[in-house]
Order: sequence, then structure tokens, then C-alpha cells
Amino acid sequence: MSQALLIARRELAAYRRSPLGAIVIAGALLIDGIYFYWKGLTDKLVSAQVLSEFFYGASGTTMIAGIVLAMRLLAEERQTGTLTLLNTSPIKDSEIVLGKFVSAFGVLALMTLLTLYMPLLIFVNGKVSVGHIVVGYSGLLLLGAASLAIGLFASAVAKSQVVAALIGTLILAPLVLLWAVAKAVDPPLNRVLTSLAIHHENFRPFMNGILELDGVVYYAAVTYFFLLAATKTLEARRWR
Amino acid sequence: MIEIRDLYKYYGDRRAVGPLSATIEKGEIVGLLGLNGAGKTTTLRILACDLLPTSGTVRVGGLDVVEVPHEVRRRIGYLPDTPPVYLEMTVDEYLTFAAKLRGVTGADVEKRVDEALELTEVGSERDRPIGALSHGYRQRVGIAQAIVHKPEFVVLDEPISGLDPVQIVEMRDLVRSLGGEHTVVVSSHILSEIHETCDRIFVIRDGQIVASGTEKELSEALLSGMRVTLSLRVGQAGAARASQLIASVEGVTQVELAAETEGPGVASYRVALARDTRDELTRAVVGAGFGLLELTRGERELESVFLELSKSSDEPARKKKKRKKPAAEPSAEEAS
Repeated sequence: MSQALLIARRELAAYRRSPLGAIVIAGALLIDGIYFYWKGLTDKLVSAQVLSEFFYGASGTTMIAGIVLAMRLLAEERQTGTLTLLNTSPIKDSEIVLGKFVSAFGVLALMTLLTLYMPLLIFVNGKVSVGHIVVGYSGLLLLGAASLAIGLFASAVAKSQVVAALIGTLILAPLVLLWAVAKAVDPPLNRVLTSLAIHHENFRPFMNGILELDGVVYYAAVTYFFLLAATKTLEARRWR
Repeated sequence: MIEIRDLYKYYGDRRAVGPLSATIEKGEIVGLLGLNGAGKTTTLRILACDLLPTSGTVRVGGLDVVEVPHEVRRRIGYLPDTPPVYLEMTVDEYLTFAAKLRGVTGADVEKRVDEALELTEVGSERDRPIGALSHGYRQRVGIAQAIVHKPEFVVLDEPISGLDPVQIVEMRDLVRSLGGEHTVVVSSHILSEIHETCDRIFVIRDGQIVASGTEKELSEALLSGMRVTLSLRVGQAGAARASQLIASVEGVTQVELAAETEGPGVASYRVALARDTRDELTRAVVGAGFGLLELTRGERELESVFLELSKSSDEPARKKKKRKKPAAEPSAEEAS
């Protein structure tokens, strides 16, 4: 476990020194701000609706940021040959994956927290509950964790960062679009597809300030599944 | 001690290594010599627990690389063909990270990092980012990370490639200095790079060891006798007489007058000896009144044999391999 933290600390330092972390955070803040202004402040909405709109917009940037932040985690190490250092050290593959995940999640959490000024503006000038804000942010972090895990798995599979980003997108996008597919199929299959969609029904309750256990379990399961897949990918790579 | 028994590694249908058996004693410096694609890197990666073997057993210090890879990794330091360095980290940060990663704890970390820096002579660059260092220094940092946890075994994959002549000499000294305390395995595709450094050399071809031993043993086994170049002051008409004289010396199997010469009255001969009879040869020519200007041993002779051994395509080399293989195995056996 301490080895995973060692990896996480090194990884955080790497984010700090490379422009990637800063660019992702700045980009996400810019888009969130524009979306907030455009959707939230120009329409005549009640405060709670504005807050929901904000979380809706931020969920999009969070997913993209998750993929972008995760794409380098393993693919870059493979490209530069430093993965060998980790592979030939007495450290478990699961610790490598966990350390990488924790560091990227730290950056993502920082990015998410920096958007706090927008909900605070609504809180000060309008009427929303603290609970709504907290639940909304929990949803963003859970969704972000799931996206990061998908990106990390893609990074474990891919040879280069660009390919990792592509694979990550190719996994995430269908997961988002499953709700649309669900509309086109008959019950009971449409229920299954709707529940599997990463955004639609699983995220809406968080967005509206309702904490549903289904959503929490769903995001935890997706995160765990893809982190496990990333670990198994690393293990399997030792055979070739 | 490193014991490799019947090691095979397949990449898909392609056999990269095998069957390969070898024993490396504690404190020994062993060179793995072969052309690119001969299976050196694969073998070393298996030793370093980076790659799993298809079959066979590899024991490092009595520990099996498949059963207890973590224990083996703790005892081994590995430098891959490209140094696994994070370019954005400083040398100091990187080595501290590597030491902790290998399970060095507490106050030991700083001590070990200092020792590794001292041994590899990169202390002056310790606060610089690795990305700002030259290739030679990066290679040294790569070695420093391989020894920072004081492993019993050090595996270096082509540590000398891409270095300039001064760095090559320094790197040889560095590798040499690792022996004794560490058991070192070094790979290279150039004989002259490692024959001075290594106690023993394994010539590897097609994933198999085709010859092994010290440089002397290899040349004795692979070369019949010795080749020397002899320069004599023979006067105006003495060239033929000197040639006859040399041919009459015991052990001389072939004499050839070299085309190049230092000047008028000087003749050079390329002489093949069945065994080392250089003493008799010099006595004979000096006794006959010729001026002995130079006697040099053919430098590239072992290199050419190695090249011949390493070429898998041509038929004579293949025959040679079959003949030499039984000779190679007992010497690996003897060592154990």
C-alpha cells in the first residue's frame, strides 16, 4: 500500500511539472464557466435548476478530463521505457494501478473543487441547499473516478498516449449513448441498457441533489471493474 | 548464483530463446555476447522478472523467478537497453524514488543514494533534471538505479552502446568495479567492448549458448592456435630466406608475406601458430641475424570467430555450433 502511495506521489509531481494537468484544469474551468453563463445565467430559471444545469455541464467536462488525465498514466511509461523500472521492482501490479489512479483522481478532484465558485454564487444570490451542492459534487467525483478508470485501462492496453485517449473515448462514448440505444429497444432490455448507461439515469439524480444508492454502486462498480482490467492487462503483458 | 535450466521463450510461434542452460557464480562478471536479435535482451528480461519464461527454470540466488518474482526483484538490479529514467525528475529525486520502490526504507535511502551516486560518479549532476543530461550520464543514472538497493545481482543490457570512447573506458571500469560485491551479467554485441570487463563470456546465437568461457578459453577452443604479425629487417634479399626460416620453426603452420611494409629492407609476415611458440620464433629469427622490429598478436582474430559463430544463416557456422555445443556445456557445468 505504501508503494502505491509512493507511485501516486511521483505521479502527482509529474502532473505538476508537465503542462498537461494545468491545461486540462484550465480548459475544464473555461468550458464550465462558459456553459454556466450560457445555460445557467441567461435563461430564466429558479436557483435549483441553475445548479442542476451547472452539474450537467460539469459532468461533460469531467468525463473528458478523466480520459485526458488518464491517457498518459501507463502508455507514457511504456513509450519511454520507465514501465520497466516499475515492472522489475518488488511492487504489485495492483499497487501500480492504484497509485496511478489515486494521483489522477487527486488532480481531477482539484479541478472539480476549483469550480466551486459557481455553486457558491448561486448559494449566495439564490436559494439552494448545501445538500444539493454536496450531492452534485459527489456525483461529479464518482463519474470522474469511473472515467479515469476507463482511461487508465485504455492506457494499460495502448502503446501510445494518443491511442490510449482514442480507446478510452471509444469505451466511454458508447457507455454514455446507451440511454439512446435503450429508447430504441423493447422492455425489459431497455431497462438493462438504461441502468448501464454511464451518464443519463445514473447521473441525473446527483445533478438534481438526490443521493441514490444505485448510482453510487454503479460508479463504484465501473471504477473497480476497469481498475481490475488494467491490473490484469499489466499482468498479462509479462507473457509477451 | 544464477542457474538457468532449459529455458525457452516463445513470442507467439517464434522461438526467441531456448534451449538455454547456464550457471553464473557469485561475484562473477559474465558477458552475454550476441548479435541483435540473438535473444540477449529476452534472457536478461527473464532474469530481471520483467518477462515470464515459456518453460524451463531460472533461479536467482536459489529463488525461482516464476514462483517468487518479488523476492528475486528485491535482490536484482536491472538496466534495460534504454535507461528507465523519468526525464522530468532530478537525479536525486529519481534515485530516491527507485530506492524506495525497491524497499529501501528510512535513513538508509539517503545513504544508498549517496553511495550509488559516488560509485557511478554522477554526484555533480544530482540536482539536475535527467532530461538535461547527456546520453552517457543518463546511462550512469540507469546503472545507479540498478545498484541503489545494493542488490546481489546486477543485470545490464548493453550498458556501453552509444557511449563515446572516453565514456566506454569509464563504463568498463564501473562495471568492473561492480564485480565481487555484485554478480553482474552484461550483454553486448561487440566483443571488444566486454572481453576486458568480463570473467566469462557466453556467446549466444538464435537463443542458444554456442560457446562459453574466458576470452583465453574461447580463443583456445575456437581458434586453432594463434595468429601473429612479425616485422623483420631482412635486408635487400633476405625476405625469402626469412620466410623459410619462420616456416621451419616448430609450431608454425602458415607463413604469408604481407603486402604492406615499413620501408625498403623490412618485411612483414602473417604467421599462424599451432600453439603459443612465440618464444621459439623470436629466438630463431634473432639468432639468424634478422632485426626483430615488431611482433604483434592478431587483434581481431577472436572477433572474427565470434562473428562466424553468430551468423546463423551460413552453413559452416552452423556446423561449428553443433561441434562446439558439447564443449560449451561442460564448462557451464563445471562452474556449478
